[in-house]
Amino acid sequence: MKSPGTNRFLDRPAYRQRRLRDAARMLPVAGAALWMVPLLSQVDPEGSTGAAGSMIYVFGVWVVLIVAAGLIARRMRHDDAESPPAANSGASPGGDQ
Amino acid sequence: MQSRPLRPIPGPVRGAISDAAAAGQAMLSFNLLIAVSLTYVAFLFAVAFAADRDAKRGRAGWVHSPLVYTLSLSIYCTAWTFYGAVGYAARSGMEFVTIYLGPTLVMVGWWWVLRRLVRIGRAQRITSIADLISSRFGKSRRLGVIVTLMAVASGTPYIALQLQSVTLSFGVFSGTGDDGDPYSMAVWVAVGLAIFTVLFGTRKLDANERHHGIVMAIAVESVVKLLALVAVGVFVVWGLAGGPAEVLDMIDDATLPEWDLRPGRWASLIFLSAAAFICLPRMFQVLVVENADERHLSVASWAFPTYLFLMSLFVMPIAVVGLNLMPEGANPDLFVLTLPLSQGQNGLATLSFLGGFSSATSMVIVATIALATMVSNHIVMPLWLAASGGEGPVRSGDVRSVIVLSRRLSIAGVLALGYFYYRISGGGSALAAIGLVSFTGAVQVLPALLGGIFWRGATRRGAAASLIVGFSLWVWTLFLPSFGMGAILPETVMQNGPFGIGWLRPEALFGIAGLDPLLHGMMWSLALNAAAFFVFSATSFPTPMERLQGAQFVDVYAHSAQSGAWLGSAATAEDLLIMSQRILGATQAQALFQAEAAAQGKGGYLPDVTQQFVQTLERELAGSVGAATAHAMIGQLTQGANVTVEDLMAVADEAAQILEYSNRLEAKSAEQARTARALQDANEKLTALSVQKDAFLSQISHELRTPMTSIRSFSEILRDEDMTATEKARYAGIIHAEALRLTRLLDDLLDLAVLENGQVQIYRQTGTLSDILDRAVTAAGVPRTKLKIERKRSREDIVLTTDLDRLAQVFINVITNAAKYCDAPDPVLRIVVRQGGSGHTVDFIDNGSGIPVVKQAMIFEKFSRLGGESREGGAGLGLAICREIMERLGGSITYLPGQGGGGFRVVLPASIALAAQ
Repeated sequence: MKSPGTNRFLDRPAYRQRRLRDAARMLPVAGAALWMVPLLSQVDPEGSTGAAGSMIYVFGVWVVLIVAAGLIARRMRHDDAESPPAANSGASPGGDQ
Repeated sequence: MQSRPLRPIPGPVRGAISDAAAAGQAMLSFNLLIAVSLTYVAFLFAVAFAADRDAKRGRAGWVHSPLVYTLSLSIYCTAWTFYGAVGYAARSGMEFVTIYLGPTLVMVGWWWVLRRLVRIGRAQRITSIADLISSRFGKSRRLGVIVTLMAVASGTPYIALQLQSVTLSFGVFSGTGDDGDPYSMAVWVAVGLAIFTVLFGTRKLDANERHHGIVMAIAVESVVKLLALVAVGVFVVWGLAGGPAEVLDMIDDATLPEWDLRPGRWASLIFLSAAAFICLPRMFQVLVVENADERHLSVASWAFPTYLFLMSLFVMPIAVVGLNLMPEGANPDLFVLTLPLSQGQNGLATLSFLGGFSSATSMVIVATIALATMVSNHIVMPLWLAASGGEGPVRSGDVRSVIVLSRRLSIAGVLALGYFYYRISGGGSALAAIGLVSFTGAVQVLPALLGGIFWRGATRRGAAASLIVGFSLWVWTLFLPSFGMGAILPETVMQNGPFGIGWLRPEALFGIAGLDPLLHGMMWSLALNAAAFFVFSATSFPTPMERLQGAQFVDVYAHSAQSGAWLGSAATAEDLLIMSQRILGATQAQALFQAEAAAQGKGGYLPDVTQQFVQTLERELAGSVGAATAHAMIGQLTQGANVTVEDLMAVADEAAQILEYSNRLEAKSAEQARTARALQDANEKLTALSVQKDAFLSQISHELRTPMTSIRSFSEILRDEDMTATEKARYAGIIHAEALRLTRLLDDLLDLAVLENGQVQIYRQTGTLSDILDRAVTAAGVPRTKLKIERKRSREDIVLTTDLDRLAQVFINVITNAAKYCDAPDPVLRIVVRQGGSGHTVDFIDNGSGIPVVKQAMIFEKFSRLGGESREGGAGLGLAICREIMERLGGSITYLPGQGGGGFRVVLPASIALAAQ
């Protein structure tokens, strides 16, 4: 079952799930962009800007990303059509493992 | 990295540390440290053993938790990062953090790549990254070999680096001890790791290649290393510096010009670490192969970034405080150890030592397992299969023992390689430079990997070209130079290029000099790698097996199950059972066969060898020996009943047939609907026709009856009674007139019938319109007093080639109609000829009241007469005949409203009308 396209108009919860996945896709892009920002501020000709500022910034972005990823992971459902039913890890029929 | 080598402890510093010890600061005794390490290792053994035992008893729930999965990912943080990050920060400031930012982005963006990789890994029973590449590109053995060799080449130095760091950290504690033989310590470490890995890594050929014991031990180790680093960090920040604010001030004060972020390195190191996180064989092992449940990924997506965050949070403080407190020239790579030690914090130093030890050992164990699996599955087993000849897998004996042995030997071999690498490279700065270089080597798989899972057009040739180009460039621009100037590549080659070819200089390819060497090598190798991948993929044609596998990998979410790999299998169930027993083990293989037989509704152990069963079996075997080997083994049994283009076409045909069938059904139902509609229409028409026919018959009988009635009655009068001659003549005259009318009616009916049936003969003649109109006016015989006709003869000079008599008949009819019905006191008929776009029009317009709109639609129907029963004669067939005639002649006659009177337009198409100049 090819999920995109089969059903174009979803009910509200399913629609939320789709947008949640979009958010999950966007997160690394946003993170990469934010982490490039310190490069812009390195224009001081003296070259002796304190490292503390960029350190706080980088770690701050990190916290934001972690929290965002956590929220997305919490809300994401896994029983949808695109994911397999709860994986039974020992797929082999042998009982001795 | 070469510009910033991890320096070995210089002699004077060692002296300083020893002096400190000698000065009375309680130095940990070296033997005590050894005892602590051994205890720790024993504890790990216990953990691994317990986890394996529990997994065996089916109580593996806690091993399969997302937390353990997340912690097992932390083998990314090796000793190189545990010790080296602080050194890196001391030299380059915040740049060290890029190594953690890349993996954070990959984890946070798990929905893009990791989810797909894990899904493919589960669906295809992937055992290693080489297996993934080989399996994707048609279970190619060669690709497996190439990836394996690359992984060994780029991974071995990294293992050597870990051995070095353990040895170095022991050296710190032993004080003067390291003056003896640093290598003997490395030997013991390597041997110890080999034993551990062999014990827990090859205990069984797990169907899914999961190693519960090892994963659990790694999880414990990752907790230890995190605790150790955080403990040192807390001690440094609150114990030595006096608080976070002070630390930040110290960082600002310590900032050096070299600490400035260099945009090129910053961005590309983030990319490099992100790519390496996916491509490193050991990371692939824990991320994909050891993954028990796809849902663990979503937990790890935030938990692992948190781990990395905590691992790097205290790096800068430790580096800065270390730079302030430690003597000038102290090795910043060992600050994590030496800083607590110098403050007399022996317990903390021991914990820190265990953290570093954990980092090194966990990385080495997993890397060794990953590499050994690859070496065993892609190099040793194929060789063994080839050497054992055609009888191969069905020969008596246990293949399992061969596989396990080959894997154990591979583990020992990989570790030995690492040790010798350490030994030969001298364990100095050259080795330390290898960290990022090794990353770059591993990342050469990236184009083939991503291309393989996202692009169906990727082919085996493309992948091979990509790997070979990338790998060669990596060796030339990064790997060989990493040994140091003049170590392998002579100085002249570095300066002037090989044989004096300037544009081939390892650090200035194609004349582009001045770049950071790492950036330079990474850019060229990856760019040309990706280009080769694309060009060779796009210009080659995949084999059927490649196309099948490609579809399965790229569309993994669409169908995770079936593939049409084996058709018309010639193998017997017994052969397959014999082979499987020897790879999977007797119990497991028998259980598998029994289950399959039961599913087929049979008893015993021998199911029918269906295509599906052979596929299932192959996948089971692939979980133990890799896709290519499993494929080859089954291939031997099925005697090359491999997939061919024809089979592929058959599979495709089947799908196409189903599609076509459903399309046909759809078309059919549409056609049926159309037919039904047509039938309905026809039915309606028939009904209407029959109504018309009834009306026509009653009309015609009425029309015929009227004259017949008068003829009959007058002829009866003539027969019965005596009458005068004048009376007789009058009655005979009436009878004659009625008979004439009857004849005319019958003529008209006949005419109409002939016209309607299309049996009419058209006699083409040529004449002018003006002549025809003259004839018509004359023939109509309308007296001038009754109807005055106005014409413009100059316009009527048109040559016509058509049935002139028939055309005249139409004109006569229209003219007589006008004479009959024009109700003006002074009737005038204008005949107007015009030249139109598609021919000529002849309009007959009178000055009467015209025809009411409601009747305009009716006048061309049969028996329609204006003003009810007109005694003027005619049965109302005239205009119907006219319309039929004009249709036969290719023209038309229509009512022309809005002319201030009755009007008819006769259209003569250009085909019959030729204007005379």
